[in-house]
Amino acid sequence: MIDISTLLANGVAAAVGPSTIFFALLAIGLNIQFGYAGLLNFGQIGFALVGAYGMGIAVVHFGLPLWSGVLVGVLAGVVLALLLGIPTLRLRADYLAIVTIAAAEILRLITRSTSMTNFSGGTQGLTGYGQAFRQPSPFDNGRFYNVFGVRFLGQDLWSICVGWAVVGLSLILVFLLVRSPWGRVLKAIREDEDAARALGKNVFVYKMQALVLGGVFGAIGGIIFALTTQSLTPDFYSPPQTFFAYAALIIGGAARVFGPVIGSMIFWFVLSITDNFLRQATAGSNPLISFIDNQDVGAIRFILVGVGLALLMVFRPQGIFGNRSEVLLDAR
Amino acid sequence: MRAEHPVIDVSALPGAAKPDPVLMIDSVTRSFGGLRAVDVEHLEFQRGWITGLIGPNGAGKTTLFNLITGFDRPNTGQWTFNGTPLSGLAAHQVARCGVVRTFQLTKALAKLTVLDNMRLAAPRQSGERFFGALLSSWGRQERAITEKAMDLLTRFRLDAKAGDLAGCLSGGQRKLLEMARALMMDPIVVMLDEPMAGVNPALTESLLQHVKSLREDGMTVVFVEHDMDVIRDISDWVVVMAQGRVIAEGRPDTLSSNKAVVDAYLGSHHDQALEFDAEGNPVGQTAQLAAEMHSELEAAIERGKGLSA
Repeated sequence: MIDISTLLANGVAAAVGPSTIFFALLAIGLNIQFGYAGLLNFGQIGFALVGAYGMGIAVVHFGLPLWSGVLVGVLAGVVLALLLGIPTLRLRADYLAIVTIAAAEILRLITRSTSMTNFSGGTQGLTGYGQAFRQPSPFDNGRFYNVFGVRFLGQDLWSICVGWAVVGLSLILVFLLVRSPWGRVLKAIREDEDAARALGKNVFVYKMQALVLGGVFGAIGGIIFALTTQSLTPDFYSPPQTFFAYAALIIGGAARVFGPVIGSMIFWFVLSITDNFLRQATAGSNPLISFIDNQDVGAIRFILVGVGLALLMVFRPQGIFGNRSEVLLDAR
Repeated sequence: MRAEHPVIDVSALPGAAKPDPVLMIDSVTRSFGGLRAVDVEHLEFQRGWITGLIGPNGAGKTTLFNLITGFDRPNTGQWTFNGTPLSGLAAHQVARCGVVRTFQLTKALAKLTVLDNMRLAAPRQSGERFFGALLSSWGRQERAITEKAMDLLTRFRLDAKAGDLAGCLSGGQRKLLEMARALMMDPIVVMLDEPMAGVNPALTESLLQHVKSLREDGMTVVFVEHDMDVIRDISDWVVVMAQGRVIAEGRPDTLSSNKAVVDAYLGSHHDQALEFDAEGNPVGQTAQLAAEMHSELEAAIERGKGLSA
């Protein structure tokens, strides 16, 4: 039979866990770029990659302390945004999409190439950069803690606490920015950049600021996740990850401050619930669902999430938080 | 109306000098492939006048607008605003100088409220800079801007709509909003690209009054328009363009007797009676005309160009 309490406990653990934090930070960045400024960044995972590897390589190969490694990671995100933005932001929106998705793949392939093994660790990955992260932790790394009935390993609990603190600070920053006249210009550019130009706004500068800021959130997401896992592997930074972040953003509602975070929580909660349910339902000698093999569960849960997303688009196109009247304007 | 502006003796020739020009254009050309869309040798716009820019479709009026306001780059030429060169400036820099334009297809920012559309346009906002948004106290400036925006919305009778999304406005209201929004920038020259296009007749009159009120506030207005009644009603001066060139200038009441203007709109053979024989073939002068048209078409096809130009 199905064990509902385990199902829910695992779902909640996923909804506050490291993956949720990682995708929430990626989606917060995409929210600035796509939600507010209308920029299509399809390579957000590339920003997470340069953030994580920037930090990892700085610490492992250059012997920098962790805090300056984090700074290097963030700066790597800024540099990547500038490199991608300078040639493309004066062009039509789709060029940025093409260039960003290609750049993210190029970065992944370079990182995993054998010629880079001595530097990035290649496919074997990179470790040994993040011990300092766990030193200030008040929790016992190897012990299990019970938080509201959900069990967390001490080292994960520390990552989760730090991660949510970073998410909280990011949301405050986004909130302050989008309610300001700066945010108003960004929205105007999303609606019609020629109109913004005719009103004396330097569109290129604003787009660049949005791209850099969103890229920095992506890099910070990569850094936080790398500190949680304590190891880096290039193939984690594959293109679908960017689209999971987009899914989270759209579920929560684009151009809403809390949209990406709530969306990411729902995304991982649903993914965990469907995964656990299907695994329980297909396991054993007399399974509840006999026509699905236990091996296929990993793929089928994504199909279910996809169907769920399609239904959401039909019945609530604005996402959980979005403003329906705004979305309906597009249909006119 | 016109009595406010003493009749100044300006010769009605293309490129005529004005006593106090605010905008001066010199040898501006812009080609798209082989088509010369704009080829203006010299043109001046008088300060404080409403200047109408007319011409048949494809005459280059909107292209000239785009060039002056920095939305397009010319192949050659320069132009000055109050004596300072504008050529080479980006669109937002031109707007900051005080030459503000509107668009033929209105660009109301649909998902911003009407009030936010207005506030957006205010110049020199400290909260518009990235760090200014976080560190400066832009609240006081915002209140002043909001007050100014509401005054303008009241003048344009949009104050009741201030909280609505601009995407919910009717076509005419969007034209009004675009004009009001331009005024938030305290412009010196307002360039209106077909302000009456797609507006129902009931609103046209009110829009015309608003355009006239811009002149009363001391602004210079340049506008593109097709409707000759509108041109006659509000403009102090009319510039006629055809095939990229300025072919005539003058007071609006004198233009209908200008041969170049009539030819540009109706074709140079418009008053010639067409003659056909019993089988429907053209005879006499009509046959000559038909042969000319035929050879022109063939020449165009041989040059490898489309006929649409």
